[in-house]
Amino acid sequence: MRIQVNGTPRDIDDGCTLATLVPRHQGVACAVNGAVVRDWELVVLREGDAVEVLTAFQGG
Amino acid sequence: MTPVLSLELGEPFDIGHPLWIGTGGMTSLATMASVIEAASPGLVTVSMRRAGDLGPSGLLAMLRDQGVRLLPNTAGCLSAREAVLTARLAREALDTSLVKLEVIGDERSLLPDVVGLLSAAAELVADGFTVLPYTTADPVVAARLADLGCAAVMPLGSPIGSGQGITDPAAIERVRAAVAIPVVLDAGIGTASDAALAMELGCDAVLAATAITRAEQPVAMARSLRLAVEAGRLAYGAGRIPRQTTARASSPLAGRAVL
Repeated sequence: MRIQVNGTPRDIDDGCTLATLVPRHQGVACAVNGAVVRDWELVVLREGDAVEVLTAFQGG
Repeated sequence: MTPVLSLELGEPFDIGHPLWIGTGGMTSLATMASVIEAASPGLVTVSMRRAGDLGPSGLLAMLRDQGVRLLPNTAGCLSAREAVLTARLAREALDTSLVKLEVIGDERSLLPDVVGLLSAAAELVADGFTVLPYTTADPVVAARLADLGCAAVMPLGSPIGSGQGITDPAAIERVRAAVAIPVVLDAGIGTASDAALAMELGCDAVLAATAITRAEQPVAMARSLRLAVEAGRLAYGAGRIPRQTTARASSPLAGRAVL
């Protein structure tokens, strides 16, 4: 099953949750298909999902 | 001492030291760490970007080590929708409801889209954020943002990264007069005198990023800006003499010798 992670295609297993895809770290946040996700364990990823994983970078 | 302002909406917002520092344009983590150590800023801004290895950035680890308060921004967002989503992601990642709200009108001028800004500010205030909007130096817009429940307004002195200083000081004074919430001069600072002027005009804090990060000696510039905001605040409180078009003798005229 293919999804997009930060704009890059990635193949994952069926039933893969967001928590499995992204080892949870403080200082990181995720959006799936444009919506902020709070509980990563509850989100089972689906074919074509667009996952964005963000952290703090330099910026004014 | 640092004023703690209780607001009707949002969490109590502590300005901290009136020098705020942006990490934009930094050349190395080590230099940025030295800058923060030297300047002890009230807040430090960061942007939210894709995590290369899906984990937290080295910058974030350094800032956490330094124990500074973070102010995430929504830099680069060209719509209210993007800015609101970015603010929500920042809150999740950084565990803060503070946000420096930027809705950029176009990527060339980097000037605020105030229509989008007002819309995004309303949504974020309703969602419990402490909203600090980057805005044009327009007293009407500033008053609207204050009415919406923003915790401060951040008018620009001149375009982002331009180093032109405050090109229209009277506009900053008009913003100051228009709102009771803190005014934080954002964008355009080039050197210490610009920061001092902002405070002399009645601003409560100054945010500087590229003025420091792209200076030849970032640590020295950070120190100078810290002193400048402190000097400017003292001068503002001291009450400057009015400007006059003619001279006014400071030595007494009485008692002069006849020569």
